[in-house]
Amino acid sequence: MHPILKLVVQRIALGLLLLLAVSVLIYAGTEALPGDVAQAILGQSATPEALANLRESLGLNQPGYIRYFHWLGGVLTGDFGKALTNGQDIGQAIAQRLGNTLFLAGCAAAISVPLAIGLGLVAARYNGRWPDKVISGITLSTISLPEFVAAYFVIYLLTQVFPIFQPVAMVFPGMSFWAKLNAVALPVIVLVLVVLAHMMRMTRAAILNVMQSAYIETAELKGLSPMRVIWKHALPNAVAPIISVVVLNLAYLVVGVVVVEVVFSYNALGQYLVDHVAKRDLPVVQAVGLIFAAVYIGLNILADVLAIVANPRLRHPK
Amino acid sequence: MRRIPLSALIGLFFTGLFLFTALFAQWIAPYPLDAVLGGVWEPPSAQFWLGTDTIGRDILSRLIYGGQITIFVALLSSLLAFGLGSFLGFLAAVRGGWVDQLLSRLVDLMMAIPSLIVALVVLSVLPISLPVLILVMGLLDATRVFRLSRAVAMDIAVMDYVEAAKLRGEGQIWVIFREILPNALSPLVAEFGLRFIFAVLFISTLSFLGLGIQPPLSDWGGMVKENKDGLVYGKSAALMPALAIAALAISVNLVADWILSRTSSLKGGRGA
Repeated sequence: MHPILKLVVQRIALGLLLLLAVSVLIYAGTEALPGDVAQAILGQSATPEALANLRESLGLNQPGYIRYFHWLGGVLTGDFGKALTNGQDIGQAIAQRLGNTLFLAGCAAAISVPLAIGLGLVAARYNGRWPDKVISGITLSTISLPEFVAAYFVIYLLTQVFPIFQPVAMVFPGMSFWAKLNAVALPVIVLVLVVLAHMMRMTRAAILNVMQSAYIETAELKGLSPMRVIWKHALPNAVAPIISVVVLNLAYLVVGVVVVEVVFSYNALGQYLVDHVAKRDLPVVQAVGLIFAAVYIGLNILADVLAIVANPRLRHPK
Repeated sequence: MRRIPLSALIGLFFTGLFLFTALFAQWIAPYPLDAVLGGVWEPPSAQFWLGTDTIGRDILSRLIYGGQITIFVALLSSLLAFGLGSFLGFLAAVRGGWVDQLLSRLVDLMMAIPSLIVALVVLSVLPISLPVLILVMGLLDATRVFRLSRAVAMDIAVMDYVEAAKLRGEGQIWVIFREILPNALSPLVAEFGLRFIFAVLFISTLSFLGLGIQPPLSDWGGMVKENKDGLVYGKSAALMPALAIAALAISVNLVADWILSRTSSLKGGRGA
């Protein structure tokens, strides 16, 4: 077996194992903690008989590990159970909203990744001079803001001071692609701001690191233009760390999306999760929590795999 | 001791200011926390310096009380994270073997999911109260402190003086507290600033989502939530607590950066 394939397979297997462990953690975390689901549904005034009946029908009398495997089996076959609060099928509810979340995160990724790498390249080209300082200064100021704070500054600026956008992002089935794009403009701007700084700084650092190599000096002495040196010689050698930081930031988008969806009342998975945490609807929280965790772990594996593939030493073993 | 750079001075000044107002909120705040004094979303005036909020309470007073809660919760949870994380991190480095394996794999598992998601899952079951919030945030953050302190302690644990202490017959507790802790302190202090900021942002985010500090208490994140609807009508009340969060985050960051650069130059360039 090609060594690179072996590494990749190992990494994916490890990731799946991790995901399994996480599912145990999520299930145990909600089931083992104090608090009674039956009590939560029926309220404090429920009679003992009613509680016992509900426990029976929810299968709460079985031992925890049996319920876990029951749950896991359901999840693997796409059956997430029913929401406690309204009896709705969780799988369907998730399917409706997952697309909206992916659309939002996808738009943010499509803008922030090229922008961050481009700005990083420019900052590295003019290292220490004013374009570098301007770019670094602006991105640095966004790095220490939580998503919702950044969101309200953006809302105030772009709906009140300069009234360009709508403050609420409503999407519904049947909307045209362009109308949807227009609706998510503000949340996308916020998400881009939140992840841009880190990606751009790491790109800049990775390029500057490579710029000290001897072959860069050779390329410069050949008389190549600075941008061409960066594009042809520095970037290919810095691509592994850049890819991994880009994908890690995309994983970070998963968290940012939860908060930003709530800010803009955007009907998607993050808001669904937050709503049902407040309602203490365990099956929904477990299911959506697991999906977020799976996306996060999946992107982390992707980062590792891409870093392996991008490494020429691993690609062409001796 | 070199001159303190300007950025660190600014950071120190504002961090000190925030801590001072948080500590003496009861005497500094011009009005009580919950008194309804004026109209809805009044603009700033001589009477209400920052205007009034969604039901006519003084924003400045609520900011000052809110800062107290925010800073209190963040400070306690980061202290918990540090106590627990650094002790277990040192222990893992000193003991090695299965203790290290067990703790490290457990931390890997906890860090495999974003902390906000873990917190949401856990808070869907637990009652949302101050002790629970502090505990959950502290435990989640302890994983990051564990990683750092284990890495730092790994380097120290192989030093000759640690070897000497072990040969002298000192116990593990002595080695952890008397040999490793003093030498690991400076990178940990800088990290404390960053973890504190992380805790401030974390509790603000939770409160903003309605899952953090519960009324009648109110923190900055909760204040943004209370006043967010005003933004659509051009009322900037929600921006005041948002600004406070940003200002605190940036000023503590400035201080932490300075400490970090100082400790790394003390150690001959080898930072945390």
